[in-house]
Amino acid sequence: MLTLEKRPHRSAFWTWAAPPVAVLLTILFGMVLFLILGKDPVIAIKAIFWDPVFGEFAFYYRPEIVKKAAPLVLIATGLAFGFRAGIWNIGAEGQYIIGAICGAGVALAFYPLEARWIVFPLAIVAGALGGMIWAAIPAILRIYFKTNEILVSLMLVYVAQVLITAFASGLLRSPDGHGFPGSRNLSQYSAAANLDLISGTGMHWGVVAALVAVLIAFFVLTRHQFGFDVRLTGQSPRAAAFSGINPNRLVLFSMALSGGLAGLAGIFEVTGPAGQILASFPKFYGFTAIIVAFLGRLHPLGILLAGLLMALTYIGGEVAQDNLQLPAAAILTFQGMLLFAILAVDTLTMYRLRRSRKEVR
Amino acid sequence: MKRRTLLATGAGAAMAAALGLPARAQAKTKVGFIYVGPINDGGWTQHHHENALMMAEHFGDAVEFVYQESVPEGPDAERAITQMCLGGANIVFTTSFGFMDPTINVAAKFPDVKFEHATGYKTADNVSVYSAKFHEGRAVQGFLAGKMTKSNKVGYIASVPIPEVILGINASYIHAKKVNPDVEFKIIWIFEWLNPAKEADAAKALIEQGCDVVLQHTDSTAPHQAAKDAGNVYTFGQAADMAEFGPMPRISSIIDNWAPYYIDRVQAVMDGTWASKNTWDGIGQGMVGIGEISDAVPADIKAEAEALRDSIASGAYNPFTGPLNKQDGSAWLADGEVADDGVLAGLSFYVEGIEGDIPS
Repeated sequence: MLTLEKRPHRSAFWTWAAPPVAVLLTILFGMVLFLILGKDPVIAIKAIFWDPVFGEFAFYYRPEIVKKAAPLVLIATGLAFGFRAGIWNIGAEGQYIIGAICGAGVALAFYPLEARWIVFPLAIVAGALGGMIWAAIPAILRIYFKTNEILVSLMLVYVAQVLITAFASGLLRSPDGHGFPGSRNLSQYSAAANLDLISGTGMHWGVVAALVAVLIAFFVLTRHQFGFDVRLTGQSPRAAAFSGINPNRLVLFSMALSGGLAGLAGIFEVTGPAGQILASFPKFYGFTAIIVAFLGRLHPLGILLAGLLMALTYIGGEVAQDNLQLPAAAILTFQGMLLFAILAVDTLTMYRLRRSRKEVR
Repeated sequence: MKRRTLLATGAGAAMAAALGLPARAQAKTKVGFIYVGPINDGGWTQHHHENALMMAEHFGDAVEFVYQESVPEGPDAERAITQMCLGGANIVFTTSFGFMDPTINVAAKFPDVKFEHATGYKTADNVSVYSAKFHEGRAVQGFLAGKMTKSNKVGYIASVPIPEVILGINASYIHAKKVNPDVEFKIIWIFEWLNPAKEADAAKALIEQGCDVVLQHTDSTAPHQAAKDAGNVYTFGQAADMAEFGPMPRISSIIDNWAPYYIDRVQAVMDGTWASKNTWDGIGQGMVGIGEISDAVPADIKAEAEALRDSIASGAYNPFTGPLNKQDGSAWLADGEVADDGVLAGLSFYVEGIEGDIPS
């Protein structure tokens, strides 16, 4: 019989070994899945993990991976602070959507002004502020009314989704849209467009912001008082209270921080790859970022890698769908396996397997 | 080396040309389809897929047929379409309104690939648009709804407030009202094309409000199931015949017949005669079919409905013939005046008598 035994300390080895092991397990079980579906498992895995990066059309896919990873990394980096301190912002998706609406609204208010140095920065600020305010709602409710921020932030996602639909067919609807819902295309409005900084590389301002956020987060977490407060609160709330950390301020700060970064991701997405405020505005970055944050061990550099890996499974999944005609559901299952595997393997950081003998009674 | 230059120039056109796409495609014509839903949604996407398969069967070995299902609208669609072009597709059909801008964007990068976008309005040298005059079928549905309802309340599950959907509501209301002056429409917008859970909720809500006919402009069979569970409620198949729900609750359907168009366009690519065009065909051209009217409908009503269908098909009657007023009471079409297609294609108002507002 195997039993789980609690470790006296977190296992340093498994903390870092868990993600790669989880990925390997996912690949293994994925191969079984693809085999059952009657596809060559080696070719399928190659299509997902190899072709987008080194295959024939990698020149097209690499920038796409970067574009897909940027919002994930940006949002996950913000979430990592709160998660470390035990503050659970599950509603980054809503903050991301509100950021896009606010930023796009400001940019469209200036249309057709051509002064990029006014319009684009203002749109970015509005996006970040929008996300922050949306995240501050659950924070303030928690501080003053002791509500649960998990629930409130999650429910505000649905409010945000209704709002974007309303804005797409109402206030922000393009007057030139022939009666169809959807705003003007911001990526075609040169004063607000967030295009590749170097054409064909996928490096738009959102990618730059994601990289800067990772670097700053790294230094704040390791070198700054705020990072110390966050880590201390997460590891020992009582010790944190004794050392004079104001828990309410921490809640507000980390919620606003994650909301602001999610809002930034939204504005960079709506002015760039997505282009428009639409009911079908690219969804789930906010939710997927939660997976990315944990896959990256709530560490900025880990999140960077995890974001790229997640983006790779998206792009690679599409490649596999296209080349092997795999059903879309199989790819979703495969991505689900990744989360499942990381959670399973994660158990090993706190527990160890022991072979136990049956006790004699 | 070559790739590096490609990256440096970044010009999509050069990218497509340098890849030598035509060389690879010479043996077979590669035909790609991008679907918004899963191929087994029972409605819109499944029907496109089945018609695409008919097309593939028609050509046999001469075509290579590929598809990608459940493609989200927006930037993901752009990537999916690009992938197909990189994979050597000669013609790509994108079968949802939300694929419009992505299709136009990708088309600009691949001038040698032909694109066919369903239900949109933007064309380019290598992009055609095609749609069906679903509202012609809606007129027949509206007629049946007006005749069959006993509560005089007709429910309508509307998807996304675009002209196609608004046209459908107007066409069915006009023809229901014509045969039943007391009829009243209750409209629920779900802002999605396919969401079985929301569709079922909407159907249940409408039935609870006393509607005994539920029309749908959404893609799943969930409303039929809800109607079946409630009993004594009539529904209509959407996009596909949905005959499995006949003879009750499904009493007829609008069937999208894409296969002849698909065969025609792929043939044009093979012949080198493909040219960009804007197709909007109805019952007469066979793009819209009216599914068998079931035995739940009395024979005389059935005959009248079929006569209406045939008069639309022959062109003798246009479902939007005056006198018609707009919802606010202002005049739209004078007596005997017929709306032109250009106006209909961008219609954004209800006709007089419909209650409620178009979401905006």
